[in-house]
Amino acid sequence: MMFAAAAAAIIVAMVITFARAVLGPSLYDRILAGNSFGTKTVLLLGIMGYLTGRPDFLDIALLYALINFVATIAILKFFRYRTMSPTMDDLRQIEKEKAE
Amino acid sequence: MEDFQTPLQPIILLDLAILSLLIATAFAMMRVRRLFAVVMLSGIFSFLAALFFVSLDAVDVAFTEAAVGAGISTVLMLTGMLLTARREKPAVPGHKNIAMVICLVTGAALFYATIDMPAFGDPNAPANIHIGQEFVERTPQDIEIPNIVTAVLASYRGFDTLGEVLVVFAAGVGVMLLLGAGSLRGGRKVKDDRPGDDETEHDGREF
Repeated sequence: MMFAAAAAAIIVAMVITFARAVLGPSLYDRILAGNSFGTKTVLLLGIMGYLTGRPDFLDIALLYALINFVATIAILKFFRYRTMSPTMDDLRQIEKEKAE
Repeated sequence: MEDFQTPLQPIILLDLAILSLLIATAFAMMRVRRLFAVVMLSGIFSFLAALFFVSLDAVDVAFTEAAVGAGISTVLMLTGMLLTARREKPAVPGHKNIAMVICLVTGAALFYATIDMPAFGDPNAPANIHIGQEFVERTPQDIEIPNIVTAVLASYRGFDTLGEVLVVFAAGVGVMLLLGAGSLRGGRKVKDDRPGDDETEHDGREF
């Protein structure tokens, strides 16, 4: 019963986060919404394992947490440097542009 | 062969919630014009799909969906978006009706096809009685791997999997040859020249 209540609460939180991803006026609102939606997925995965009586899904939830983290870092890095794999020259040029 | 009914469990409610969120995300992706929002929404869609796969017991498919759908393709679509435009162009009027009819017919055909499918978890389903049963019984003796899907993928049809890997590798090399060496650095030479782009670049409001 307790797990069902927790699952329901997470679903509600997911709906709210989803609304922020659709409405969110700025870029960072949306990145944050995507990231926290991933976190909610991880939580729901863990709870689903206990709901069905097989908590061995927990390590998959851990892997999702890792993927979510890496994806968010990649997106943020991308907006900082505007390229997927900046070379040292690119970085120097970006810093120079910033300074001007 | 007696009839099999999928047992009604409270987890069904959770499935319903996940599926309704999936539909809501799909509609939002169609309606929203800011492409960055669409990219983030597609990441959310992948996470939801992965959740649903786990609830269907297809853990390895969920694994792939989360890694490829939510992780890599989000970043790839961002790359594509930065090379093109930030906003979707308004739809051309006049073609909507034909597209709608095609979508409805395809959807109806898919729904019609699901009627013939066996119920979820049916022990009498064709997938569970003939060769599937054989694999379940033989895997522990043939190769000592607890996960049968992994055993089939990497051992029983190992050459097939190797061929698939080769095809994917060849496709990657082909794309890289087509785009040229500059594509490795994210194609910085290509600029999305639109008035006012540079001023608002780091504000974030533009997206």
